[in-house]
Amino acid sequence: MTKQTVIEKIFQNHSKEEIKAGNIVWITLDVVSARDFGGPNVVKNYMKAYKDAAVFDAKKVFFTFDLTVPPKTIQYANNQQICREFAREQGISVYDVDQGIGTHIFMESGHALPGTIVVGTDSHMNILGAVNCFGQGMGDVDITFGYRFGRTWFEVPHTVKVELTGKTGYEYSAKDLTLQILSVLKTDKLLGKAVEFYGEPVEKLDLAGRITLLSMITEMGGIVGFIPFNENTPKEIMALNKMDSITPEIKADADAGYAEVIKIDISNMGPMVSEPPYPHNVKKISEIGNVKVDFGFIGSCTNGRLEDIEIAWKILKGKKIAPGVRLAVVPSTRKVYEEAMDRGMLQDLLKAGAIISNPGCGGCAQGHIGMTGKGEVMVSTGNRNFPGKQGDGKNYLVSPEVVAYSVLNGYISFEPKEN
Amino acid sequence: MKEYEFQGRAWTITENGTGTLVPDVDTDQIFHNAYLHITDIDKMGQYTFDNLEGWKDFSKKAEPGDIVIAGSNFGAGSSRQQAVDCFRALGVKVIIAVSFGAIYKRNAINSGFPILIFEDAEKMVAGNKIQNLNKVKVDLLKGELVNLETGESFGLTPFSKVQKDIYESDTLLNI
Repeated sequence: MTKQTVIEKIFQNHSKEEIKAGNIVWITLDVVSARDFGGPNVVKNYMKAYKDAAVFDAKKVFFTFDLTVPPKTIQYANNQQICREFAREQGISVYDVDQGIGTHIFMESGHALPGTIVVGTDSHMNILGAVNCFGQGMGDVDITFGYRFGRTWFEVPHTVKVELTGKTGYEYSAKDLTLQILSVLKTDKLLGKAVEFYGEPVEKLDLAGRITLLSMITEMGGIVGFIPFNENTPKEIMALNKMDSITPEIKADADAGYAEVIKIDISNMGPMVSEPPYPHNVKKISEIGNVKVDFGFIGSCTNGRLEDIEIAWKILKGKKIAPGVRLAVVPSTRKVYEEAMDRGMLQDLLKAGAIISNPGCGGCAQGHIGMTGKGEVMVSTGNRNFPGKQGDGKNYLVSPEVVAYSVLNGYISFEPKEN
Repeated sequence: MKEYEFQGRAWTITENGTGTLVPDVDTDQIFHNAYLHITDIDKMGQYTFDNLEGWKDFSKKAEPGDIVIAGSNFGAGSSRQQAVDCFRALGVKVIIAVSFGAIYKRNAINSGFPILIFEDAEKMVAGNKIQNLNKVKVDLLKGELVNLETGESFGLTPFSKVQKDIYESDTLLNI
């Protein structure tokens, strides 16, 4: 038997064909989903191609409304209703506009588990690599076919192995590590490939930190990333899903074939920032000079977990953000929202000056929690800062710590704790 | 019978006033998320590239039969099908790029829209071997681009089997 990487093994468990990097194979899908963007297009395609034929398995097919929640225009409202009506006819479950980000819900509801394959109309579906699941974003034609047949074709991606070493002089965030890795891999090293990360700096990350790093595989051009579980990871996944046991992690064979091995030393890393207009335009905060901030955003599929909100809360509790600066906090899911509320975090953040929004993709999806005007500077825990994405202003990608310090001080900043 | 050979004007998607193909053109630059409520393909064309600096009037200038030549990682970012469909709406016949975003590549293939890889595109465009609006000929099966103004031909990665099968059926949904 040929030695296999993580993605090859997951594919092997979902295919009868020989799984080898570069081969085009058919794989079965465990979960097929569509959002309120893409969802109505899926319904339209489905009705045209398959009429009233049943989806492959109504228990494995979902809609997750997370982008325009609640809908801000009649068009979006109509689009969501088209999905709801299709769901009712087909017996499909809908995670509606009050529930939060679909990928995060899948990690909280027993749908995305080690070794599974979950697809949806979200390019950050690969976040699910954090729980050892192959998550893949797809367009509406792909998803339509998946809804009907529960399978798809896939070119088995080559895998790159990234080994991290080194220690830093400060307590770094998962976002700093992510941006550091992005600054090395940019958008070409992983293009169309899977990646496995090894080494203490990544393996010690908690689940929230793993989500941060693996969400930005998309910005590195990659398909999906995996990090070997540490002893806490299975417990975190079980706790999140309220399960007593989970399927075992899929691990790579010791001498699996990698397309490339890349070593990254993090010793020189500092608090990082991705300067507009590209996510891979990464610098240390110490290198960008004094950048005045108008608007801060904490949330997104990259940094919208309870742990992320907690970090900002600890910094902002009992203080006031700088005059003239605004801050928006968007929990990723209803569960995160409730926990943050129960622990008093949202109340304290509100008193510090924050806007607290309902859970979802606000802050990245257009419109919700607002856009930036010309000349405005946004510090965001999101994952993209392409021109025009969040408005006419400039969007800097940073960690929750840096957003918190920046809205306190009024300029992009970080205050280190001793390691 | 599906067409495998196209002749038309080639748009080289370069940075303002330079010979550099724009790398990493994101789906928000191709078809901004402000228009994602649109599900009718006929309404998508007008928004093509309307958030890409220097190319915001592309939809007004493009004509049916045109061909697009782009840089590396074209269509990076989101999974939106509209970023492929908007070109189809304008009558663009084929997109040729140094490389494509992984999801974009699938979306194009699955909807039967021809895309081809042209690894040397940056060099050839920078060296003026192919200039904006040159008349070109593309052969999807042979993997060949010919600049009809100079007669020079360039190698592309030809259609893969799955790409040809889906193209023959118009869409993955007919398979």
